[in-house]
Amino acid sequence: MSAPAFPMYGPAAVRTAERLGLKLGRPNLDAFADTLLGLARADRNVLAVTSDSRGSGRLGPFGQALPEQMVEVGIAEQNLVGIAAGLAAAGKTVFAVAPACFLTARALEQIKNDVAYADQPVVLVGISAGVSYGALGTTHHSLHDFAALRAIHNLTLIAPADNFETREAVKAAAAARRPVYLRFGKAPLYDLPPAGGAFAIGRARPVGNGTDLAFIATGETVIHALLAAANLEERDGLKCRVLSLPTIKPLDTAAIVQAARDCGAILTVEEHLVCGGLGEACAGVLAQAGVSCRFKIIGIPDEDTVTGSQADIFRHYGLTMEGLAQTARDWLHGHSVST
Amino acid sequence: MLSDRELARKSLLCRRQVLQIIKQAGAGHTGGSLSCVDILNVLYHRVLRVSPATFTDPRRDRYIQSKGHSVEALYVVLADCGFFPATELETLCRYRSPFVGHPTRKVPGIEHNTGALGHGLSFSVGLALGAKMDQAGFRVFTLLGDGELAEGSNWEAAMAAAHYRLANLTAIVDCNTLQITGRTRDVMNFEPLAEKFAAFGWAVRQVDGHDLAALTDALQAPLAAARPGVVIARTVKGRGVSFMEDAAKWHHGVPSDEEYTRALAEIDAALAALEEASA
Repeated sequence: MSAPAFPMYGPAAVRTAERLGLKLGRPNLDAFADTLLGLARADRNVLAVTSDSRGSGRLGPFGQALPEQMVEVGIAEQNLVGIAAGLAAAGKTVFAVAPACFLTARALEQIKNDVAYADQPVVLVGISAGVSYGALGTTHHSLHDFAALRAIHNLTLIAPADNFETREAVKAAAAARRPVYLRFGKAPLYDLPPAGGAFAIGRARPVGNGTDLAFIATGETVIHALLAAANLEERDGLKCRVLSLPTIKPLDTAAIVQAARDCGAILTVEEHLVCGGLGEACAGVLAQAGVSCRFKIIGIPDEDTVTGSQADIFRHYGLTMEGLAQTARDWLHGHSVST
Repeated sequence: MLSDRELARKSLLCRRQVLQIIKQAGAGHTGGSLSCVDILNVLYHRVLRVSPATFTDPRRDRYIQSKGHSVEALYVVLADCGFFPATELETLCRYRSPFVGHPTRKVPGIEHNTGALGHGLSFSVGLALGAKMDQAGFRVFTLLGDGELAEGSNWEAAMAAAHYRLANLTAIVDCNTLQITGRTRDVMNFEPLAEKFAAFGWAVRQVDGHDLAALTDALQAPLAAARPGVVIARTVKGRGVSFMEDAAKWHHGVPSDEEYTRALAEIDAALAALEEASA
């Protein structure tokens, strides 16, 4: 594969990140694999179950260090989830690891019945999620997983935004002893500033403060929202709130409602189809709370998704710093003219 | 241990109660429940090391009913084993009853929620693999329908069970040769079934699924030392009621009042004959 025509972080984004003092971390997948290996070294009941996905899941070192705690099922996602549920019923703490695109579509019935309905404490790990496999085409994109899994009762959904959220989410998922879905990409991510505070399932992390506009973002888009907020402050004098929402379900409804009340304008950002994901979930929260505000969902539109690197696709759909800042600028300006 | 005759009597009483609860609920999977009653009675009275007192013991044997729709047979056998009072089955399929039309863990004695076909074998592979890892010593049994074998996930699980040499796993196929649409061979032929499982690396035993001694012999110990075992139980759908036997329409047929009376009379006559023979 040739190098992407467009880097995920362009020169302006890199300058902004440096100005904010952010350090470029590793892909969340690497942070996941390291954390899981640490948990498994401490507890021989912690297992990684893979469907020919140990390489993609960065689990080669796990397999070498703890071969007895790795279960390979071959290219068979339905069996992956069914076996994981059975191992959990036998008392194991199970991480079932597969590309998110296959795990959450091919094995959806096993997730619904054998894990969520049967209340087996399996941690489902969707790797290379969203458009991480952007150039490989729609078969390899997972832009449906939030929507599909939100509609299943008894499943916690977490999409960490950086290495810190990843480490904390993996540990929290193992300790939860209930069905959890974790979603990871494979691009290096900047570490978010410490302002977000501690990680807890179901809690938003405020990584940027302000009241002119709120970005509510999840997973690998949070850093771009944060950089866009910095860009808007530098160029337009706008103070934006940035909420990282690692937990898609259960949602931190209080933080969403507060953002609407404080800021009056919300842009949601996600690496997911605009149908059924974070944005629509937030809209539902606000509508039912009786809180109205300006509101816009930014994600992958409901169309034949373009292909290219993840960075190409982010740029195409305006999910990078430049795109998000420009969308916010145009949107706020449009509203200010019309009101 | 119960004698064959005592167990045969239990099976007749279970068949009677299966019909009673299905008639009362106005719903149920009659044919498949009647075809697997003998298998369940052999498992629960002669093979499985599990009881209401040991149900939370991590070393208990596990039974997973993959053909979840035949739950009425399982409910009746579990009640008979004392997992819950049989009178609770009067709530079958009623509003908020735990006794829904497919197994759930809300019912004491049930290990896993099933109902969608093609799930039980994978789950059982996971259980058996966990037991093997821990040298926990328990066995895992799962009951599959023959029509269910068209679900491809079964064959993913069959490969995995052989790959991991799960001798502590036994699958039982309730091979009644009928599914909702008709003959399994017409809907989607799975024969030669014994050869298929053998080719997947399983030890295979074929038995008459209503022969209590033959079922006991096939199930009481693993079929092989380092391979999973499958017992292909040749059964009759609707077994025990002449007009329900081997007829696809009784897959989930509920008897009319007249049919119900006739069915119970047939079972009562069989019970009387058994009593007479043992007298």
